[in-house]
Amino acid sequence: MIGLYSPGTSWIHRAPTLLKLSLLSLCVVTIGLSPNLVIVGAAAVLVVVLFVVARVPVRSAVAQIAPILLILLIAVPIQGLLSGWLIAALMASRLLVAVALAALFTLTTTVTAVLEAFEKLLHPFRRFIDADRVGLLVALTIRCIPLVADIVREVLEARTARGTQGSLLSVAVPVVVRSLYAADALGEALIARGLDD
Amino acid sequence: MSSIRFEQVGHSFGDRTVLRNINLSLTEHRIGIVGANGSGKSTLVRMINGLVAPTTGTVTVDDQNVARHAREVRRRVGFIFTNPDNQIVMPTVQEDVAFTLRRRGLTAAQIAERTVAALEQFGLREHADHPAHRLSGGQKQLLALAAVLVAEPATIVADEPTTLLDARNARRIGELLQTLSQQVIVVTHHLQLIEDFDRVIVIEAGEVVADGAPTPSLATYRALVQ
Repeated sequence: MIGLYSPGTSWIHRAPTLLKLSLLSLCVVTIGLSPNLVIVGAAAVLVVVLFVVARVPVRSAVAQIAPILLILLIAVPIQGLLSGWLIAALMASRLLVAVALAALFTLTTTVTAVLEAFEKLLHPFRRFIDADRVGLLVALTIRCIPLVADIVREVLEARTARGTQGSLLSVAVPVVVRSLYAADALGEALIARGLDD
Repeated sequence: MSSIRFEQVGHSFGDRTVLRNINLSLTEHRIGIVGANGSGKSTLVRMINGLVAPTTGTVTVDDQNVARHAREVRRRVGFIFTNPDNQIVMPTVQEDVAFTLRRRGLTAAQIAERTVAALEQFGLREHADHPAHRLSGGQKQLLALAAVLVAEPATIVADEPTTLLDARNARRIGELLQTLSQQVIVVTHHLQLIEDFDRVIVIEAGEVVADGAPTPSLATYRALVQ
């Protein structure tokens, strides 16, 4: 979602966001509760077909799914030794399918569409919740991930350039201070763009 | 053009006086503001958009007191910051430009049309779906400009918009600012950017020390910083 949207015109791209979100939730819960490896395997095939239909570049898809493979590399042997290899395989395939489905949603849905969906979803509760504000909060949360990642990278680079290793505190303090400054500047920019109400 | 007035304006941060007794009437098309670091020039322009409130005196835009009518004023006065990273809110270029048009009573089609036009104007159309935070520094500043101009403000205030850019991108932003039909107020250290502006104001230690045509004002500034 942090700029991972893969532009396209497939029906998956065009499908209503709330429908995609509902189907995603339903599928993840169903797969999570399914005790049958065959059903999960069939779901995996379906997910691959959906990726092909959406014409998501292979590199983008792999980039989304690869991190979970690293976790599974550690989790599967442990699960296999403790609970049996069938359960380990079931756990791994469930996780893979769930992550792949979430990735498909991310790759085919813009943040704007997600915000609009949030606003629609929260519309019945408008007397209690400002849906627009919640949408803005979600957008800012997503935006802040690369912003903080950049700050961490710059602090680590500065530490390396000065030839110091230091403790975790020597990274955490400048990261927190700079993040607060960045948050202040972002808030000021939002005010300047007329989003202070 | 907007008519911006500073009347007896002063500003202090605690014991430190940043601006004192500023009286200005800004009505020209292109106005440059220069001054040393810490001279108070950024504080001065932030008052136009209501980002900073004066401690004494009043700032008005088209006879509207900025302190009392900040929201209305901000719809007419766009603000460009030094660091465009702080101005980007949405993940993709197109979404960030469209974000400005939220809550303006426009239909989705109108927002899309105006967004595409702004992206075209700033040569960002081909980057529409790209992650905004992965653009180059120059492209990010172009995006910041597009995101402000899509709202069609009457005045653009730019606080050192070229400071973080290389010479080529700084020139490009400068040329773009020159071509805008809106009133443009630019704070800068790049003097060539404002050499042919209509008016240049020099701020030193919180006071206006020169105000007029670019040539004499810039000569005063060069003498001050040498």
